[in-house]
Amino acid sequence: MNLDSLLPNLGEWLRGTGPESDVVVSTRIRLARNLADYPFTGRASPAQKADIVVRVKDAIANAQWPHKLEYHDVPAMPALDRQFLVERQLISRELAAVLEGPRGVAFDAEESASIMVNEEDHLRLQVLRSGFALDDAWTDIDKLDDTLEARLPIAFHTQFGYLTACPTNVGTGLRASVMLHLPALGLTKQIDKVFRALQKINLAVRGLHGEGSRAFGDLYQISNQVTLGKTEQKILNEIKEVIFTILQYERQARTVLLKERQQAEQDRVARALGTLGSATMITAEETMELLSVVRLGIHLRLIDDVPATAVNQLFIQTQAAHLQKIVGHTLDGEERNAARAKYLKTRLRELGTHRQ
Amino acid sequence: MKCMFCDKPATVHLTDIVNKQKREAHLCESCAREKNLLPDEPGPVIDLSAYLQLMAGSPEQNPKKSAAWNDAACPACGMSYGGFKAEGRFGCAKDYDVFSVAVEQLLERAHRATAHVGKVPAAIRREIAATRFAELRTELTAAVEAEDYEQAARLRDLIRTMEAEGRSG
Repeated sequence: MNLDSLLPNLGEWLRGTGPESDVVVSTRIRLARNLADYPFTGRASPAQKADIVVRVKDAIANAQWPHKLEYHDVPAMPALDRQFLVERQLISRELAAVLEGPRGVAFDAEESASIMVNEEDHLRLQVLRSGFALDDAWTDIDKLDDTLEARLPIAFHTQFGYLTACPTNVGTGLRASVMLHLPALGLTKQIDKVFRALQKINLAVRGLHGEGSRAFGDLYQISNQVTLGKTEQKILNEIKEVIFTILQYERQARTVLLKERQQAEQDRVARALGTLGSATMITAEETMELLSVVRLGIHLRLIDDVPATAVNQLFIQTQAAHLQKIVGHTLDGEERNAARAKYLKTRLRELGTHRQ
Repeated sequence: MKCMFCDKPATVHLTDIVNKQKREAHLCESCAREKNLLPDEPGPVIDLSAYLQLMAGSPEQNPKKSAAWNDAACPACGMSYGGFKAEGRFGCAKDYDVFSVAVEQLLERAHRATAHVGKVPAAIRREIAATRFAELRTELTAAVEAEDYEQAARLRDLIRTMEAEGRSG
C-alpha cells in the first residue's frame, strides 16, 4: 500500500456516518498488550525490539481479520509520512517522533484497525468506528486480540490481568475514547460544568490528539481512566451512560440556540463559510474553529448545500502533512497557511457554496 | 497552610486513604503546575501519572520508601523502584511481582481496585481450567475414599460439566 493512496480517502473515523453522528464524530478502543518473554519496550534492546517486530508481523500476517493488515516500518518512513499517519489517527505522536529503534504499525486500507508495535507497550491495538459504536468496536477489537494472542504469548498476571509498562493501563489494558463535537455546550458556557461532572466519575477529557492536547474546533475526547477491577463491558457501559447524557445536553443546547438566536447563528455560519472561502492566509486552528461553526450549521439545518462529509474532508485535508502531500512538496508555516487558504477556496468553490 | 515544597500558601490539597492510612499533599498552584498535577487549560482533569509519581514518591510518610527499598532491583530487567518512580514505567512484567506490595497500593489509588476481573487470554483460561480439573479429580478420589458419596456425585457432575464446556469451547 502506498500511503499516498489514502490521501483522497476519509478513513473510517471521519466517514461522518454511524449512530448519533450529529454529535459523536468517532469511537475508538485500544488495547495495550505485551509479549511475555521480553522486557517492556522502554527497556528492550534494539535486537529484542527487532525480534518483537518479526514475531508480531508473523502473527499479523496470519490474523483472522476481514481486511488485510499491512505492516509499515516507522524508522524507514519519511517524517512527512509519519505526521500524515498521526493526523489520520493511525499512530501516536510518540511512535512517530519520540520513540527510537525498530517499531511500526499495521493497518487496513479502510483504516478501521491499527496495530502499533513497540509503542510504550509491545502492542497497541486500535479499532476505529465512525459515530457512537462502542459495542461494535469492542466486538471487533476482542476478535483481533484473540487472533493475535493465538500466536503470541501475552504477558498476563492472574491477579493484575494484562501487564502494561505503565500501571495506569494494567488489567484490561482497555482505553475507550469517544470523540464528541460540542459547539453548543461551548457557546452556552456549560462545557466546564459537564467536564467537572465527568472528572468526578473518573472519566478523562482530552483534545483531538489525545493526552495534553488542546481542544480545537469544539472537539473533545472522552475516555475511561480506570482499566483495572471492572470488566470490559462494565467500563464501556459506564462511558456509554455518560455519553448519552452529554448528547442530551448538547442537543438541548442546540435547540435553545435555534430558538433564541437563529438569526445570529445563521450569520455566524455564513461568516465562517465566507472566511473559509475567501481568506488568503489561514492557520489550521482557525480552520478548525470555522469548520466547527459550519458543522454546527449543517446539523441545525441552517445550511443545506454543504454535506457533513465535506466538512470532515476539509478538516483532515487542511492539516499540515495532508496539505503538503496534496501540494506535493514541503511547505514552511507561512506557505502552509497560504496553501491551506487556497485549497479551502478551491474546494468550497467546487461545492458551490462560495457566496460572492 | 503552606505548600509542602515552598513557602507559598497551599491551594491544591490531595488526600487519599489506603489501608486506613491517610496521606495528604498540600501544594501551592505553581508547585502543583510544576509537578504536572494541574493540566493546562481547559482540561479540568488531574494528571494521573504525575499524581501517582508524587504519591509514590512522598518521602517521610511511608516507611517502605527507604533508600534500600528504592535501590532494590528486579533480577530480570534491573529496574529499581526508584527508577520506576522516576520514569513512571515498569521495565518488565516481573516488576509487578518484585514490587507487588507497592504496586497494590499504587493500583488501589489509581483504579480503586487491585485485581483484574475482565478478559483472560484463551491460553491462560485453558491453564486455569486444567489446574482446576486436576484439583477436582483429587477431591473426587478423596471423597470416594472417605465414602462421602453425596460429595463425590457433586464433584463428578462438576467435572462432567467442565469436560462438556472444554469440548464446546
